[in-house]
Amino acid sequence: MNSPNVTDPFGRRCPVLETIAAWLLGCLWLLPLLYAVWTAFHPAEFATRFTLAAPLTLQNFINAWQAAPFPRYFLNTFLLVTMILAAQMVLSTMAAYAFARFTFRGADLMFLLVLMQLMVMPDILIVENYSTMNKLGLRDTILSIGLPYFASAFGIFLLRQTFKSVPRELDEAATVEGASALQVLTKVYMPLAKPIYLAFGLVSVSTHWNNFLWPLIITNSVESRPLTVGLQVFSSTDQGVDWSIITAATLMTSAPLLVAFLLFQRQFVQSFMRAGIR
Amino acid sequence: MNRTHSSITPWLLLAPAMVLLLGFTHYPAVATIWHSFFSTAKAARPSVFVGLENYALAADDPVFWRALANNLWFAIGTIPVSIALAIMMALWINDRVAGRGLLRLAYFTPTVLPMIAVANIWLFFYTPQYGLLEQLTQALGLPSHNWLGNPDTVLGCLIVVAIWKEAGFFMIFYLAALQQISPVLAEAASLEGASRWQYFWRVQFPLLMPTTLFVLINALINSFRLVDHIVVMTKGGPDNASSLLLYYIYEVGFSFWDSAYAAALTVVLLVVLAVVAIVKFRFLDRRTHYQ
Repeated sequence: MNSPNVTDPFGRRCPVLETIAAWLLGCLWLLPLLYAVWTAFHPAEFATRFTLAAPLTLQNFINAWQAAPFPRYFLNTFLLVTMILAAQMVLSTMAAYAFARFTFRGADLMFLLVLMQLMVMPDILIVENYSTMNKLGLRDTILSIGLPYFASAFGIFLLRQTFKSVPRELDEAATVEGASALQVLTKVYMPLAKPIYLAFGLVSVSTHWNNFLWPLIITNSVESRPLTVGLQVFSSTDQGVDWSIITAATLMTSAPLLVAFLLFQRQFVQSFMRAGIR
Repeated sequence: MNRTHSSITPWLLLAPAMVLLLGFTHYPAVATIWHSFFSTAKAARPSVFVGLENYALAADDPVFWRALANNLWFAIGTIPVSIALAIMMALWINDRVAGRGLLRLAYFTPTVLPMIAVANIWLFFYTPQYGLLEQLTQALGLPSHNWLGNPDTVLGCLIVVAIWKEAGFFMIFYLAALQQISPVLAEAASLEGASRWQYFWRVQFPLLMPTTLFVLINALINSFRLVDHIVVMTKGGPDNASSLLLYYIYEVGFSFWDSAYAAALTVVLLVVLAVVAIVKFRFLDRRTHYQ
């Protein structure tokens, strides 16, 4: 932020016209969401009629909840996101520690191989990964949705940067005291990387909560489908499309993420920033 | 210091991540290239080596060219506008516009929503006859228009959705960069009699260049990687007018079950991403350090 004794003459206050423009854009940005909220909380006949007399209702949510196995989808997504997060945390920490603390032959080549995943993500290798899952007999399981994402180049990269910035003296002091490599990791490196873990965690959870194409391809049963795919299956069954119910279902499936975002807005924005800038 | 005390430890630490990376990123990438030179195995005839036949097929496939062209137009339509909007948003919020907390929330919220949820909401927005857009044009006495059903407007509709979803995400990077700019520069510029406009173009915009490059690369990758909204809103139609490359790969691979042709198409996508990567390492990473 700006230092207190030098004030930015351009940054003190926006002219009225700019403030109006900023808010017009803000309203435009919120409009689709507000519209969705309106539709979801009112009876179908008011979906596109805006009047204060429209009665509020939760019936759309109840109908949506009962029309498809959403509780199961919620459970699947929860399991999926937790599984991916846990695996990514452990694997990235181990790999990042190897890169940051040890010098070994082939380290550069290995790191280059890791970085390649930043450009060639599993997202686009759908055909081959599908056949791999088939061969492993994992198709249509929650594990098969998560497995390609367990090793995250992004997580390894982010943690390696952080571990490298840990003062060598701390590491040496702990080693002199007789701490093993594992103890040094858990007692020295990991506590210092807490904000990075939080940032990476938030980005990972929201990414995989939202992921769609790969789960769509690899699953085809209620038992393994995550929310995004469940929502698509629910809203594309063309039996007299009821927009109020679809919108209610849409809001319902994004609600946990949205609520978490509203509660931890600052952490979210900072995490996305920290994770993105690298 | 015993940083090299046992050469096996780092490998043990690396092994699980490397095995998974090789299994689900490097192997499938190489296998895709390999399989693109073979035919798709059918019940009666096994897969055989066909050389460049799949690529020749692509060269003669108007749908492939359409999807590739759509993808380029999608990128050209999405990226500059969302970057311009992101800079504007960041400037406003950095300049302490009244109610900036709430505004930042409004701009950023689309980013955290699932693309598929966003697509559902916008689908309703564009729906013929009783969608909001239709109501609006009716109220203004304009003729009815099927926004997603018309090949001339469908891509534009998708571009609007992508801009809405991404601008707020890019905004936060600009916000971070703007906060790095010393206020001394603004003071100096103001003493020299520069206007707000001049200050932006002469000082802020050049200093934001690394951020712009970073955002540009990310936006480019995203435009080739994200097709969730196509599945929900148009299924590539009408008449492939909104098909993007990855969506076409998905269609060929999982609707027509022609995995060999899908592999050849994936190689094209890999080449596109490789070009982006080369540009990135050549221009962007000379500044950011991978050490």
